[in-house]
Amino acid sequence: MDPMTGTAFVIATTLKILVFFVLLLVFVALSTYFERKVAGFIQDRSGPNRVGPLGLLQVMADGLKFILKEEVEPGGANKKFFFLAPVLGLVPATVLFAVMPFASPAPTRWGLMEMIVADVPVGFLYVLAIASLGVYGIVMAGWASNSKYSFLGGLRGSAQMVSYEVALGMSLVPVLMLVGNVQMPEIVSAQQNFATGPAAYGAWFFLPLMLTAFVFLVAGLAETGRVPFDLAEAEGELVGGFHTEYSSMKFGMFFLGEYAHLITTAALITVFFLGGWDIPFWQGDNIRVLADGTVIGEPTWWKTLLTFGSFAVKTLILVLFFMWLRWTIPRFRYDQLMDLGWKVFIPIMMVYIMILGLAMYLLDEAGIPVGWQYSGALIVLNLIMMVTLIWGLDRGMIVKGATSRTRRRAGGIRGRMTPTAPSEVD
Amino acid sequence: MRQAYIGIAILLVVGLLNAGLFLALSHLASVRRPTKVKASAYESGIDPLGDTRDRFSVKFYMVAILFIVFDIETIFFFPWASIFRELGLPGLIAMSVFVLVLGVGLAYEWKKGALEWE
Repeated sequence: MDPMTGTAFVIATTLKILVFFVLLLVFVALSTYFERKVAGFIQDRSGPNRVGPLGLLQVMADGLKFILKEEVEPGGANKKFFFLAPVLGLVPATVLFAVMPFASPAPTRWGLMEMIVADVPVGFLYVLAIASLGVYGIVMAGWASNSKYSFLGGLRGSAQMVSYEVALGMSLVPVLMLVGNVQMPEIVSAQQNFATGPAAYGAWFFLPLMLTAFVFLVAGLAETGRVPFDLAEAEGELVGGFHTEYSSMKFGMFFLGEYAHLITTAALITVFFLGGWDIPFWQGDNIRVLADGTVIGEPTWWKTLLTFGSFAVKTLILVLFFMWLRWTIPRFRYDQLMDLGWKVFIPIMMVYIMILGLAMYLLDEAGIPVGWQYSGALIVLNLIMMVTLIWGLDRGMIVKGATSRTRRRAGGIRGRMTPTAPSEVD
Repeated sequence: MRQAYIGIAILLVVGLLNAGLFLALSHLASVRRPTKVKASAYESGIDPLGDTRDRFSVKFYMVAILFIVFDIETIFFFPWASIFRELGLPGLIAMSVFVLVLGVGLAYEWKKGALEWE
C-alpha cells in the first residue's frame, strides 16, 4: 500500500491536527486537575473534590473563571508585548507536537496514513528551533509588565532557559550519532528490532545512552520551568515572577502553556529515549515506511490503536514522574542551577560525545553489526560511565560550587559558625 | 517530503487561532473597572519606587553571550553526528580537536569567573 498523496494527504493532515489539538487541550486541562490530585495524595490531603464527581469539573470551573475575571492592565505596560507574551507562552508548546510520531501508520482506502502531523525532513531540529521560542514569552512578559518582580523573573527565566538549551541540544547529538538521521519516525524505528530491513538497535535508547537520557530529562525539565527549576516564578521571592502582572485568561495562557510544555517534554523523552510508540518484546509493531514508499511490516488499525496506547502510557507515566518531582524536591538556588547547567552538563556531554564516538568507531571496526550486541556493548559502556561519574568523580558534589562557597564563608568567620563536615553538607 | 510542511502551517494557524480565541473571549466576557491603584505595578502593597527597567547584573549579559557561542558550537555537532559513520577515524580526530578547543574555551571562562554567581 502506498503512502498518501495529494488531496487525501491534506485532508488527512487537517483531520489529524484537529483531533490531536482537541486531545492535547483535553490532556492539558486534565493534567492541571491531575497535578492537584497528585499534590493532594503526596501531601496527605484530598485535593479538589467539590466541583462535580471527584472534583473533575474543577477544570471547567477554572476555565470559566479565567474567562470571566477582570483583565487588569498595568499602567506603563508595553501594550503590544504585554498581549503577545502569553501567545508566545502557549503557541510554541502546542506547535511542537507537529513532528511527534504518536502511533504506527494506519491503512486507509486512500493509502497508508502516517501517524504524525508533519514528517518534515528537518526532524528534531524543528523541535529545538520551536522550543527556543518559548524564552521570548518569558522575556517579553517580564519586560512589558513594568513591574520589578516580573522584570527579575523574566531575567532569571531567560538566563536559565538559554543555559539549559545548550545542554538540551548537546544531549541530542548522541541520538543523532546512533540514528544518523534527524527524522523522528526513523528515531523510533531505530529503537525497534527489525528482522529484515532497516538497521535497528533493538533497545530503547535510555539503555545504550543512559547518561544522555539523564541529561535530556533534567535539561528538558529545566526548560519547562517547573519545580525544582521554577526560578523564574519563585513565589517566595518574586511573588509570581514573570506573570505577576497578568490576570484572567492571559495568565491562564501561561498556565496552560506550562502544562502543554510539560506534556510535550514528556512526549519528546518518550520518542527519543523510550522507543516512541514501540511496544516492548513484540515484533508485530515493527512497521516502517521507507523514504521510497516501501512499507516494511503489516500495518493494521488495531496495531495503530495499540501503539498509540503505548505512546500515551509512556508519556503519562513521565508526566506523573514530573509531578512527583515537583511535590518532592525543593527549588534549586540560582547559582546551583547555573552551575549544574554550565559546569556539569556541558563538560559531561562534551566528553561523553567523544567517548561514544570512539566506542562506536571501535565497534564498527570490529565488524559488529548494528543490533543487540552493539547496543549491549554501549549499555555496558554507559553503566561504567554512570558509575564512574556518580561514585568516582562526583561523590555528591553536583552542587560543589555552592557548598564550597558556604564552607569558605563559614571558615571566614572563625568561631562564630561551626563549619559543617563535608559529608553532612553534601 | 516537502508536502509535510503543510501540516506545520495548518497547526500553526490552529494554534494561533486558539490563542486568539482565548484572548478575545476573556476580553469580551470580562468586566473592566480600571482604577489608578489597580493599574499601578504590584510592589507588595507599597507605591512603586523608582524605574522598573533599571540596570541589572552584568552576569545576565555574560550568560547571553556564552549561550550564543556555545549554541552555535552545538549546531556544529549536528552535521558531524549525522554522517559520523561515513567519516570514520579522520572525522573523529577532527571532532576531538574541535571539542578540545571548545573545552579550553570553557575552562578559560570558568577560571576567569564568568560562570560564577554570588
